[in-house]
Amino acid sequence: MTDLQVFRDETRHWLEEHCPPSMRTPIKTDKDQCWGGRNANYVSDEQKQWMDNMASRGWTAPTWPIEYGGGGLSKAEAKILSEEMNKLKARLPLSSFGIWMIGPALLKFGSEELKLQHLPPIVRGEIRWCQGYSEPNAGSDLAGLQAKAVDMGEHFIANGQKVWTSYGDKADWMFCLLRTDPDAKKQSGISLVLFDMQTPGVTPKPIKLISGSSPFCETFLDDVRVEKNQVVGEINQGWTIAKYLLTHEREMIGGFGLTGAGSQTLGQFAVEALGTEHGRLTDSVLRADVIRWEIDAAAFAVTAERVNDEAKSGQGIGATSAMLKYYGTELNKRRYELMMKLHGNDAMEWEGEASKDGWLPRTWLRTKGNSIEGGTSEVQLNIIAKNILGLG
Amino acid sequence: MALVHNQEHQMLKESAQGFLREFGSITELRKYRDSEEDFSPLLWPQMVEMGWAAILIPESHGGLGFGQVGMGQIVEQSGRMLTASPLLSTAILGASIINLAGSEEQKAQLLPAVASGQLTTALAVDESAHHAPNNIGLAAEKTAVGFRLTGSKRSVVDGHRADLLIVAARSSGSLGDSKGVSLFLVESKAAGVSIEKMSTVDGRSVANISFDGVEVATEALLGDEELGFRVLSKTLDIGNAHLAAELLGICSEAFERTLQYLKERQQFGVSIGSFQALQHRAAHWWSEIELAKSLVLKCFQALDADDIKAPILVSISKAKLCEVADLSTNEAIQMHGGVGMTDEYDIGFFIKRARPVQALFGGYSYHSDRFASMTGY
Ligand SMILES: Cc1cc2nc3c(=O)[nH]c(=O)nc-3n(C[C@H](O)[C@H](O)[C@H](O)COP(=O)(O)OP(=O)(O)OC[C@H]3O[C@@H](n4cnc5c(N)ncnc54)[C@H](O)[C@@H]3O)c2cc1C
Repeated sequence: MTDLQVFRDETRHWLEEHCPPSMRTPIKTDKDQCWGGRNANYVSDEQKQWMDNMASRGWTAPTWPIEYGGGGLSKAEAKILSEEMNKLKARLPLSSFGIWMIGPALLKFGSEELKLQHLPPIVRGEIRWCQGYSEPNAGSDLAGLQAKAVDMGEHFIANGQKVWTSYGDKADWMFCLLRTDPDAKKQSGISLVLFDMQTPGVTPKPIKLISGSSPFCETFLDDVRVEKNQVVGEINQGWTIAKYLLTHEREMIGGFGLTGAGSQTLGQFAVEALGTEHGRLTDSVLRADVIRWEIDAAAFAVTAERVNDEAKSGQGIGATSAMLKYYGTELNKRRYELMMKLHGNDAMEWEGEASKDGWLPRTWLRTKGNSIEGGTSEVQLNIIAKNILGLG
Repeated sequence: MALVHNQEHQMLKESAQGFLREFGSITELRKYRDSEEDFSPLLWPQMVEMGWAAILIPESHGGLGFGQVGMGQIVEQSGRMLTASPLLSTAILGASIINLAGSEEQKAQLLPAVASGQLTTALAVDESAHHAPNNIGLAAEKTAVGFRLTGSKRSVVDGHRADLLIVAARSSGSLGDSKGVSLFLVESKAAGVSIEKMSTVDGRSVANISFDGVEVATEALLGDEELGFRVLSKTLDIGNAHLAAELLGICSEAFERTLQYLKERQQFGVSIGSFQALQHRAAHWWSEIELAKSLVLKCFQALDADDIKAPILVSISKAKLCEVADLSTNEAIQMHGGVGMTDEYDIGFFIKRARPVQALFGGYSYHSDRFASMTGY
């Protein structure tokens, strides 16, 4: 047996033993997702147990170095871990902006001190992060941001307003873009800083979404003290780091386009909703739409895999993440439009037991944000046109 | 007939606009969406006062006999304002089916009551999640004095507030046959009728209704026994034409609001409407709405003229409007960026109302398939 086969066997046994039964069932609602943090709301003891079990091996962040609490796995081993988890239909033990966004940025740009302070609590699901990038007047034009931090010698004092801060009211810490040099040109005077959401002067106010829930906030910063050692990388060099972080965010969001292994395919969903006649979906028009979607989804899945394998062999992913983000989110939106159509009038139910309080229409509405959050589809297409195709 | 609106229709449109802006606006929708009612109790009496319940009813029965084009003007404006009201269930579906199928006696009794706002109705057709007017399974058994109805109906618009239910039932044949369908007038308070309200994505509600051996007299039969399908079909055509008009209103309003936003919203130091990527999409979107407008008008004219091509035009219109509604409501949110996802901003209401309108009485797939079948492929 090769080392990787040994690793696979060992992993399989360990997962069998340590993944509680209820964590092997599909995620049905938002609540089933485990986000950890100081104010964590676990749906069950098993949910917390599963997170803790995985964290004890660093497998909530499998490829991060062991000295920062990670699993220290190679990319090949991490792929095996995820395959074995899929076989078991194991849920993701921990959803985390720490793991998906600020962690990778800290690993690449952070000081040793910052890595040791922040990475292990992220792996253990103890600290939950939110992202303070967008402002009312700085969305697609992110570099136009105005919230500022004034240098007071030992520390900064920050003032301004952030908006669309996902889970701002639930998070423990924020990674935040602030203007630290008001005189420099747009991109040059920005720093990426970290602060505790409990710092006096930080006020997140929930904003209700069209789906009825309130996962994002506007966050006001009034004379917030930010320590100088909490600047990631160099002062005024935050833009490069911010963009690096965005490529990770985009890959994560683009991944919504993948049907997770173990979950129902759109084809199966369609059969359940409409039934078949002579082995074909009863509605021939919807059948054609479902087929087209499934083919695009299959093509997307192998593309995501290819991009991943290319990255492993050292080829850059920077601009490709724009393509994955664009295509993956548009695909996810199409999937939910089709699911709505497949359920006909029933898909309209907003409250009530039969529909799990409108799980489908609410999720469908939420997917509309996929092509906006993390940089809109239009911004991704601009990046592809400029950076990959060399147009303009 | 020229594809233009005459002065009378123009006036109807303007008065509808003025009235709905005041009494049927999105402010009302916000007020009522979390309450037991879907709209103000004062709304329908006012609409009746303005003659809207009487538009499709012949003058001989206390109506205005204004026709589909006129009614379409009002419905389109309701689409723009997202106004909930009994217009579809009572003034369009109820008035049409009674007028098409009723005996002289039934017409004389019911139509003036509809026109004067004393009677509201709901049309109960579908029994599953997807529109299938052939698949009527609700059983109508003959009894000594009339019929006994057993079965259930789903997603009935206004089924929980109408006085009178108009129910498509099967008196012979089997699921899928168009012959054997009979229509019945059933008091919503009749013994054996149970009505369950279901709240929907658009902040309104529909009803799931079950009929548990409901006894009705022979006089409850609306139109010929067993031959109800033809009238039902024609009524559904009228209904779908108006649903297309409502979608046209939704699309036009979503478009105009977004266009305004493209001009106002600044990023990179310029209005986002100055980006060609968005300009071309807005121009394309506008073109689609122009096509949609023509279809809706043509379709109403064909219905008013009793043109044999009307059913085909209805399916073309509904299918096309479903497609344009998908485009319009998605583009509206996308071009608004983050604010488009918020409940505080009105633009998100259009997608929530559009989908139930699209699905009701058949969406894109149903009507494109029906169109193809009617034209021989
Ligand atoms: C569900 C959700 C969660 C979010 N979570 C977070 C978060 O946690 N933290 C955070 O900081 N932000 C978050 N955001 C904000 C998100 O990143 C911004 O909404 C996004 O970058 C777009 O900015 P905007 O909303 O200001 O839209 P705008 O930039 O105003 O865009 C409006 C429209 O104009 C288009 N447009 C703009 N510029 C161009 C151009 N040059 N060419 C062509 N088209 C253009 C856009 O694509 C869009 O269609 C979230 C957003 C959503 C919807």
